[in-house]
Formats: sequence, C-alpha cells, structure tokens
Amino acid sequence: MMDSLTARELRDRIAGGEVTSAEATEAYFRRIDKLEPTIGAYLSLFREAALERAGQIDRKIARGEPVGALAGVPVAIKDNLCTAFGATTCGSKILEHFQAPYHAHVVEKLLAADAVILGKTNLDEFAMGSSTENSGLQQTRNPRDVGRVPGGSSGGSAAATAARMCAAALGSDTGGSIRQPAGFCGVVGLKPTYGRVSRYGLVAYGSSLDQIGPVTRTVEDTALLLQVIAGADERDSTSVPEKMAPVPDYTASLDRPVEGLRIGVVPHLNAGADAAVQQAVDAALAVYTAQGARLVELEMPHFDYAISAYYVIATAEASSNLARYDGVHYGYRSPEAQDYVEVYSKSRDEGFGAEVKRRIMLGTYALSSGYYDAYYLKALKVRNLIRGDFTRAFEQADCLMLPVSPTTAFRMGEKTDDPLQMYLADVYTIGVNLAGVPGISIPCGFDETNLPIGLQIVSAPFTEETLLRIARMYEKQTDWHRKEPTL
Amino acid sequence: MKGLLNDICANPGKFVANKMSTKPYKIIVGLEIHVHLATRTKMFCGCELAYGEAANTRTCPVCLGMPGTLPVMNKTAVEYAILTALALNCEIPSFTKWDRKSYYYPDLPKNYQISQYDLPLSRAGSIEIPLEEGGTKRIRITRAHLEEDAGKNVHTLGPFSAVDLNRAGTPLLEIVTEPDMNSPGEVRALAQELQRIVRFLGVSEGDMQKGHMRFEPNVNLHIEHGGQVFKTPITEVKNLNSFRALERSIAYEAARQYEEFLETGQTLQMGNKKTFGWDDVHEMTVLQREKEEAHDYRYFPDPDLVPVEVGPEWLEEIRGRMCELPLAMQNRLVSACGLSEYDAGVLTGERATAEFFDAAVKLGADPKRACNLLTQVGLKLANEAGTPVDQLKITPDHLAKLAGMIEAGTISATAANTLFERIAKNGGDPEASAKEMNLIQSSDSGEIEALVDAVIAEQAQAVQDVVQETKKAKKARGFLMGQVIQKSGGQANPKIVAQILSQKLDAMK
Repeated sequence: MMDSLTARELRDRIAGGEVTSAEATEAYFRRIDKLEPTIGAYLSLFREAALERAGQIDRKIARGEPVGALAGVPVAIKDNLCTAFGATTCGSKILEHFQAPYHAHVVEKLLAADAVILGKTNLDEFAMGSSTENSGLQQTRNPRDVGRVPGGSSGGSAAATAARMCAAALGSDTGGSIRQPAGFCGVVGLKPTYGRVSRYGLVAYGSSLDQIGPVTRTVEDTALLLQVIAGADERDSTSVPEKMAPVPDYTASLDRPVEGLRIGVVPHLNAGADAAVQQAVDAALAVYTAQGARLVELEMPHFDYAISAYYVIATAEASSNLARYDGVHYGYRSPEAQDYVEVYSKSRDEGFGAEVKRRIMLGTYALSSGYYDAYYLKALKVRNLIRGDFTRAFEQADCLMLPVSPTTAFRMGEKTDDPLQMYLADVYTIGVNLAGVPGISIPCGFDETNLPIGLQIVSAPFTEETLLRIARMYEKQTDWHRKEPTL
Repeated sequence: MKGLLNDICANPGKFVANKMSTKPYKIIVGLEIHVHLATRTKMFCGCELAYGEAANTRTCPVCLGMPGTLPVMNKTAVEYAILTALALNCEIPSFTKWDRKSYYYPDLPKNYQISQYDLPLSRAGSIEIPLEEGGTKRIRITRAHLEEDAGKNVHTLGPFSAVDLNRAGTPLLEIVTEPDMNSPGEVRALAQELQRIVRFLGVSEGDMQKGHMRFEPNVNLHIEHGGQVFKTPITEVKNLNSFRALERSIAYEAARQYEEFLETGQTLQMGNKKTFGWDDVHEMTVLQREKEEAHDYRYFPDPDLVPVEVGPEWLEEIRGRMCELPLAMQNRLVSACGLSEYDAGVLTGERATAEFFDAAVKLGADPKRACNLLTQVGLKLANEAGTPVDQLKITPDHLAKLAGMIEAGTISATAANTLFERIAKNGGDPEASAKEMNLIQSSDSGEIEALVDAVIAEQAQAVQDVVQETKKAKKARGFLMGQVIQKSGGQANPKIVAQILSQKLDAMK
C-alpha cells in the first residue's frame, strides 16, 4: 500500500524509479475518494493539476534530471496558505471565492522541491479555533473517531495526514493550531521558532504568533518538510536572516540521540491534565530516562497567564488583520448594501462567523483608547514574563516536556457553546507561541477509548535540529506513530 | 459673556492684542504638512511611484492589501525622511517603530494605515522662515514622521464610486509644527520655505498642485479683553491646493472666527474643534465637520515590521548628504555677493539655479551681472522649457564669460541677454556667438565721435533742449544717446557714447 509509506520512503521510491509519482498521486486520490465523504478534510482538491504535475516529475526522473527533496510526494496544505491556483478561503464565507494572484512563500518552496499538492485542507475560520468546528464552509471529523473533532485550527491537515489522505501536510500554528490537532489525530506536528519560516502568503491571524509548520506521520517527515520550508525571505521582515540563524541539515543528524539530555518538567502544569494524558506523558518521560536522560523540575510561574495574554494579543492583532475584509476590494460583498458603510457592516456581518466576530470585538476593545494600557500593554508585559520563564527554563534544561492538550479529542459540538472551555484546549500550547520558541507534538499513547495522546516537546529558539533529535529518540523506541486509524 | 459681547461691540478699539496688528486679536496657526517623498518605489512594496497613470496600474498584492501579503520597509524613504528632519533641526532618536492606525475608508485597502505613533523618527526641531518685513522667525517643529499614503476615491465616473490605489503606499512625511505662526504671511512663508528645503534636499518635488505637499492649518484667535485672553475654537482647514489658497484661508478664517466670537462668544473647549474645507472659487472656508469626531485609531505596533534602529554610523552617512540649505545660501548671497534679499531669494528658489549661479561666480563672474542674466533670461527659459536651469545648453562657464564681456564693455547688457538666450537654446561659445551675431560693441572713440557729431547736427531741437537746460533736457539727452547707438547699429559702447556726448554738449553750453 503506497499510502502506508512515509513521505520519506515514498520520496525515495519515486526518486529511485520504483514507483511513479502518478501512481502515488492516484493512490492518494483513491483513498480520498473513499474517505473524504466521512472525514471532510479538504476544502478543495486539484485532481487534474496534481496528476499532470506528478507526470511531469515522473518524466524528469525518467530523463535522469535532478529532482527536489519532496520529489513527487503528494501533500496537502491548509487553506489559509495562498495559492495562485484554486481558491484560498481561510474556511470563511468572506473569502469563499477568493483567488490569490500569488503563492505563499512555503507553497513556492514545496513546488520547488517537486511536491505534488493534492488539495487545500479545512480549518477553523481564519485559524481561530481548536476543533475546526468554526469553519464557515465544512465540518471535519477525526479519523480516530468520526464522532469527535480533529482539533484545530489545522484540523483538515491533521485529519488528512492521520487518515492517509496525503503523505504529509502543512498547517499554521498561532496558539497550538498545528500541535493540538496533531495530538488529537495521532500524528506529528511542529511549530517552528517564530521567524524560521516566512509568513509571506499565510493569511494573517495573529501576526506576532503565526508560524507555518509540518503535519506528518513521523518525526523524520517533519524534518524533511521543515528543511524545505525553513529559511529567510526578504518579503517577510520578521523572517530571520540566514546569517543570524543558518538553516542546518535537519535530516542528517536526526538519528543521533542527544547525549546527557536534560528534560525540563513542570509538575503543576501536568497536574491539570486528564489522568490518561498524565499517565501517557509520565510513561514517555520514562522512555527518555531509560535512555539516560535526566529530569529537571522547573517552575514556570507565569505560564498560567498565557491564555489571558494570548486572547488579548492574538485578538488585538486579528481585529486589525481582518479589517481588510470589507467587501470593497475583494471577497464577499453583501448584495443588500445601500451605501459604503453598509458595504462594510453587512458584508462583514454576513461573511464572518460567530467566533471570528467575537475575537474581532475582543481585540477591538483591547486596543481602544482608555483600555489599551490595561489590556494590550499589560498582555505584552505578561508575554515578556512568559518569554523569561522559557529563557530561564532553557538555561537549566535542553527541552521542556508537557502534554499537548489536557484532554484527548472531544465530541463534535461538545464545546461549541462554551468558548472559554474551547480556549482551555490550548492551555499547554499557547505559551510556546507567546515565547516564539519551537514546539513539537508527537504521538505518545492512547486513552481508554483509543483516542491518541500527544507529547509536547519544546526547546530554545532556533534549536529545531535538537528538538527533532529528541523527538526521534522517543519515536524509535515506540510504535504509537505506526498505529493507523481504523476506517 | 453677554456683558463682554456688549462691551466688545461698543468699544471694539479696546481689543488690540498686539502692537504689530491693528486687529483686536492675535492669530494662532499651527500646520500639519504632508510631503510625498520622491523615492523610486512605494513605502512598503516595490511598485514604482508615478503620477497621472491609468487607475490601479501601479499596484501589487502588497499595496492592494491582499490577504497574506506583508510590508517591507523602503530604506531610502527613511533616509529621505531623516535628511529632511535634520534640515529641520530635529532630534533623531536612535529607535523608531511602525504603528498601525485603524480607520475604515474605501481608499485605505487594509483599513489601517502604517504610520508612526508614539516613537516618531524625529521630534523637537525648528525652521527659520523669512519675514516680509525683513529678518526671520523661528517656528518650532513638533515632530516629523513617516507613513504610507492612501489611494483616491473617484466619484466622477457614474452613479457609483471607484477607488484608484496608484497612490496607496506612497511614502508620506508628516510634519507637525507648533502653533507659532501669527499671520497669513507667516504661514505662507513657512510653506514656501519648506517647499524650498525639500526641493533643495531632492527628497520631494514639492508640487502643491500635484498633491506632493498638502498643508492643513489649525487656526484660532486669542482675543484680549480686560487682561483676560479669550481663545476661539480651533478650526482645521483642508483642501488647500496652492500657497495663495493657504494664505487666504488663514485671513478668511481669522475674520470669520472673530465675527463668530462676537456673535456667539464661544471659546475653545475640548471637542469643539471644527473642520472646514477651502472653496477656491468663492475664496471662503466651508464647514465640513461640526464636531471633531471622537476618533479612536486604536494605534498599536505593527507586528509585520521590525523596529528601526538609527545608529550613529547610519545617521552620519545620512547627514553627509546634507547640502547648504536655501535660507543659509540666500543669506550668504546677500552678505558675500552683495545681492539684494530679493535677488538672493529668487536665485535660491531652486537648488539648480542657486548652484548654477554659485559656479558662475566661482569662475569669476560679477555676481550682480550673473544674477541679472540668470534671473531675467535663464529662469524665463527654464520655465518655458519646464526644466531646471542646469538642463539648458548654457553652462556656468558661459554665464561667467557673458558677465565678463559686459564688464569689459565688449557687449551691451541687452546683447548679453540675446546671447544667453541663443546659447541656452543652441549652445555655442559666447565670444564666437557675439561676433557671429554682430553684437560686439565699438569702443573706438574716433568712430563714436563722428557719430555723435552727426547726431548733434541732425537733432537741433534736442540739442537746444539740453544746452538751454529746459524741462525736457533729461529726456533729450537720452534721446540723443539712443540716436547715436542706433546709428552705430547698436554696437557703440553706451558708456563711451555717453562720455563723448556729454563732453560735446557741455562745451556748447
């Protein structure tokens, strides 16, 4: 079964001429045809274009021409990444028919690496949510249990990867939007250091927090994709120049364990998670200590304030970032509007969903004159304190290990009426975005109902190479990542 | 208040505010100035700046504010802004940043403008402006910061509005002055001085008609009465497309506000600022917004851009591009070259003119003669050709030679003007051209004496008027001069003609 291969294995076989990209792409589309009606991971599919592109890559290989790191590998991308083909909807009615005239930087990188893009995946509207239920266009189900959410906001990418409806995928992570759905669906997801991957062409939610990252079935595949998308881009002033942080070879050193690994643990944090999650994380720690790692108990005194700070900063930025969707220049315009003020108010009222409106209002309020100091400025100060917590932590430990989410995947509709409960799903991931550090989610077990549990590993800025090696140390000792969903 | 009004109406003469003015109030004006910087590309994207192109042809995904696009700072714009701020004697902090200013308007694609809020790139400067009555006045500059311009809404295409985003993203330097101007003339002087500065620096074309410079005055009056000062509500005037409109609007506003004060007694309070638009046809201000809306722009630092550190090295590099500023140069031309304030002012109107003049003087030209040629002929030709003076075919070397030829009596001043024009249009050497055009003057006294004798013989009436010193004597002398010159075919040196003519006529007395 070609769709059982990892991206790396598939790439090697395609490049080696054992299988063709066209065969692999067709196999994935057969899988999609079978499962998509149940899972609903994709908002758009590019069947013809993908097969044509696969054929081109196959011909290149047949001619003996050099091919890229993702030669012929069928991948999926989250639908908040701009593509010059098809629509870029952000899961929103307001951009349902929006066609970008340009590719996101990461899309250019994927294409340059000879990847085949199968389609674009569902997400919470404008990446705001933790279950993908906030998509204005479609529902996505968790392949591990179709009665449950896939997590979010990169729920489509995680579900498609877990259900083997793509070899690997890209997501975006503002407060946990890659790691949490990866945990819920039992796959690997990495949020790189802020500035490691160019945000050009990623439709902004919280600009100071957003990062693009891989969602894959193995740590090795994550390394492979990160290699392709990482690096400076002059179109994104916040992407870090090569000379300040060169991009290492993430795959070369992957199998080398980290000697004398010091793992930071924060006992009071783990205590907030469900028993099954705590047990799985503890068991994972034991896998590391068995390999000679040492546990270092750490205090992260400001971690508990992360959610509060996040929902001020992210929404403040979002209120400004989403101001441009006004029905004037592109996107949805209300047919009811009588004058230009109504073009704004009605188009936005009809085009945005409830959660997006809630966050725009929250952010607008936080930035309002008279409230700015009490909310936005205070949140920035808290953010600095949280950053300090992480800096001190990485003076004492090589990484931090904690759960991805306090629970496993919840039922569809379970939290849709209680936004605060929904926000708490990201309690362990949000601080990582505020600090700008890299974090990875890897499968570390299942609960009593057979739902996957994720282990989160966090490391210092621009130490993805080490982070991946640490994750790989665990993956080599365990089989969780091989457990396919039964569909 | 009613008592006061009655008092004012009964004794308007009591309300004399300052000695300079006979009006019973003092005008207070501060300016908000927007200057388009003449960079090649826009503030945050690679689109080339252009005026008058077809709508929406100078745009890209970034300046259209499309989803996922990000701004990238134009370093040249920052350098132009800092250079201007240095010319305005501003402090340049070592750290500045970008902020988003939020408001909804169709010509603003992102519905926020990238601007600078609490940490502008410059602050606390000043500008010297020349006063009509002579001397200068120092006007304080509050701050100057950079931002991106918006596009334009177009309402003339039909029963709908359209948006042209060619201008969106143009680098805009906003300069804010303190309310230090006290007359329409001072406001005009500041505007013109600033225009001269930005043109000298080469950072802006500074054309008001093209919208390169926009001036928005904030005007109110201080009315003194019985040791108490009453301040009228501030009005902001928009839509000023010329220096004349700017000056007139201040005068109009002052009169209007005084009248309004007499009628209503309303004084300055929080929130009673009004916005007026200038009606150029009727030469009056028209109320646009009754109350200053409680704008909440929700400023916050733009997370898409990194703060700018202006280190000492970079600052020195920018400072190195500073040229002599127009007012300093004007003063130098007066003190070192002996020119009048007026002439020096005309020469320093454009940097090209001033430098052309300077170069000619350095090559030995008499300043006054060079100035006359340059201002009377050179600027006229440059203006006709729509180019700066240094784009004409004439060089400072030519100018110096022409001035020298006048000085030596080789050609007349009139002939020099003719030669200037010819060389400016066709090029060529001054001396060769003078010969070719037969413009070399004769200074041969024998030849001239013969001509003088002939004229004296022919013009008995005029000679008589001079000799008998009638009322017409002066006129007659000039007439005889003219006749001699005419007889010489314009080639006789007027100095020598005058000398010989005087000798002969005096001898007849």
